[in-house]
Amino acid sequence: MRYLFDNKNTLGLLFMLPAGVLLLLFLTYPLGLGTWLGFTDAKIGRTGQWIGIENFQFLFGDSVARLSLFNTLFYTIVASVLKFVLGLWLALILNRHLPFKSFIRAIVLLPFIVPTALSAIAFWWIYDSQFSVVSWTLAKMGLIDRYIDFLGEPWLARLSVTAANIWRGVPFVAISLLAGLQTIPPSLYEASSIDGATPWQQFWNVTLPLLTPIIAVVMTFSVLFTFTDFQLIYVLTRGGPLNATHLMATLSFQRGIPGGALGEGAALAMMMVPFLLAAILFSYFGLQRRAWQQGGSDK
Amino acid sequence: MSDKPDTQGMEYLQSLPRRWVTLYVPLGVFLSVLLFPFYWMAMTSFKSNEELVSKAANPFWIVKPTLDHFEKLLFRTEYPQWLWNTILISVLSTFISLFAAVLAAYAIERLRFRGSRQVGLSIFFAYLVPPSILFIPLALIVFKLGLFDSVWALILTYPTFLIPFCTWLLMGYFRTIPYELEECALIDGATRWQILVKIMLPLAVPGLISAGIFAFTLSWNEFIYALTFISSSENKTVPVGVITELVEGDVYHWGALMAGALLGSLPVAILYSFFVEYYVSGMTGAVKE
Repeated sequence: MRYLFDNKNTLGLLFMLPAGVLLLLFLTYPLGLGTWLGFTDAKIGRTGQWIGIENFQFLFGDSVARLSLFNTLFYTIVASVLKFVLGLWLALILNRHLPFKSFIRAIVLLPFIVPTALSAIAFWWIYDSQFSVVSWTLAKMGLIDRYIDFLGEPWLARLSVTAANIWRGVPFVAISLLAGLQTIPPSLYEASSIDGATPWQQFWNVTLPLLTPIIAVVMTFSVLFTFTDFQLIYVLTRGGPLNATHLMATLSFQRGIPGGALGEGAALAMMMVPFLLAAILFSYFGLQRRAWQQGGSDK
Repeated sequence: MSDKPDTQGMEYLQSLPRRWVTLYVPLGVFLSVLLFPFYWMAMTSFKSNEELVSKAANPFWIVKPTLDHFEKLLFRTEYPQWLWNTILISVLSTFISLFAAVLAAYAIERLRFRGSRQVGLSIFFAYLVPPSILFIPLALIVFKLGLFDSVWALILTYPTFLIPFCTWLLMGYFRTIPYELEECALIDGATRWQILVKIMLPLAVPGLISAGIFAFTLSWNEFIYALTFISSSENKTVPVGVITELVEGDVYHWGALMAGALLGSLPVAILYSFFVEYYVSGMTGAVKE
């Protein structure tokens, strides 16, 4: 018995047991089950029959599903690019000498820690068609004469939900990049200053190259979260108007749970996997590169 | 993270007006946009219904503050029950995850059993599997286990995204603890369990706090599982309850909705304010590792 517990492999297995059981039962198994469901015609209360790729064929022909793919790509690309630019800018600002620096850094992260579903309610009210405070302000300034129906028209709704997503994501990007900025040795800036580099040149030739590995990882996470976003859309528009803001995740929920078509919902969810795999591979190579830059061996 | 010395080299040469344009003005704009929705949430929750729909009044300020919405929320809805559910679910799933993650991280990082590298890597990939591709098959599993519409459905499924994160974070912390400490203890006849409890854990307390705070806020914020696995009002969590139960048909009770959002955000915001440094190091640590 004593010998058994001194054996690394036995003990390792024992220690892995709680995490392993939970993850295998509630993560690996559903991942497999979901893949299988995608190839069946399962409905709520009915075990499905294998129907091959019929779900996927149907979804490729379905204009709503195609629109949701477009929306997801639009939402992810626009939001991620803006989150990166604004987040990097905010990180650079926060990296300078500021009064109340740690306090400011703490409140910057608030949008990220508050439950998204709850802050989305605030945006819902800000975007209200009759009582929007944005419309009120613009009308008072004489810039518009009719209140803007932010969530009522397809393109406006797309841009509005994207703006809300950017609002939530910028703090995460900014604080993570700030941590990266703080690891850059000040001596590099001093040396480049002495060599006559302008702040702009310092940014391009010192800051950005040294920050690239962490940018890769942060943006992978950001893309991953945005691509699979659900709550913001569910609260603000539930996919409307005219399915203009349906993401793959919200459409999958709508078809699968209230709609009862589990197979179709699962197929939609599985269609997100190739995109996620691409993001994960990107992240993996980002990590590799970082290890290599720090003198770690290639794994 | 302590305040680092000036990283911009010759910043002191910048003139004051230039500093205003490049620093204070953009910072002010960032802060006001980032904080405005919270201000708006608070303003709305204290306004009377008449004031909310009045177009003449200045919406940025309150003329007659009222606690009506909070009164309605706390005494005429099931909000207190949702709050209790959310606390229970978040605390329990956080502790389950921390327990499982400590053991797993120690095993992967220190026991180095056969295949530990592969297990560590698969834990990292598990962290990247988003709930929105798992909720449909998980709903079936939850149903088969007889957990549907029970808080246990959430307490047991939340660890699927908490354990990978906590394990990854704690592996980083364990890595910083010198091997020599462990070897001394082994020579003195300590068991692996004693080493873990008496040497590793006390030294990894900051990591445990970071992982715990982060896990707690993640489970407090969770939405899609809570929406899918729970159907009766008395088992709902705050985010789902506010969204699904406070909207009656086409009538939006904005005041009560905002009060619900404000009260539901406060616990995490307060907890966060006490542990900002731990939270930030947890978040950035997970990204950097």
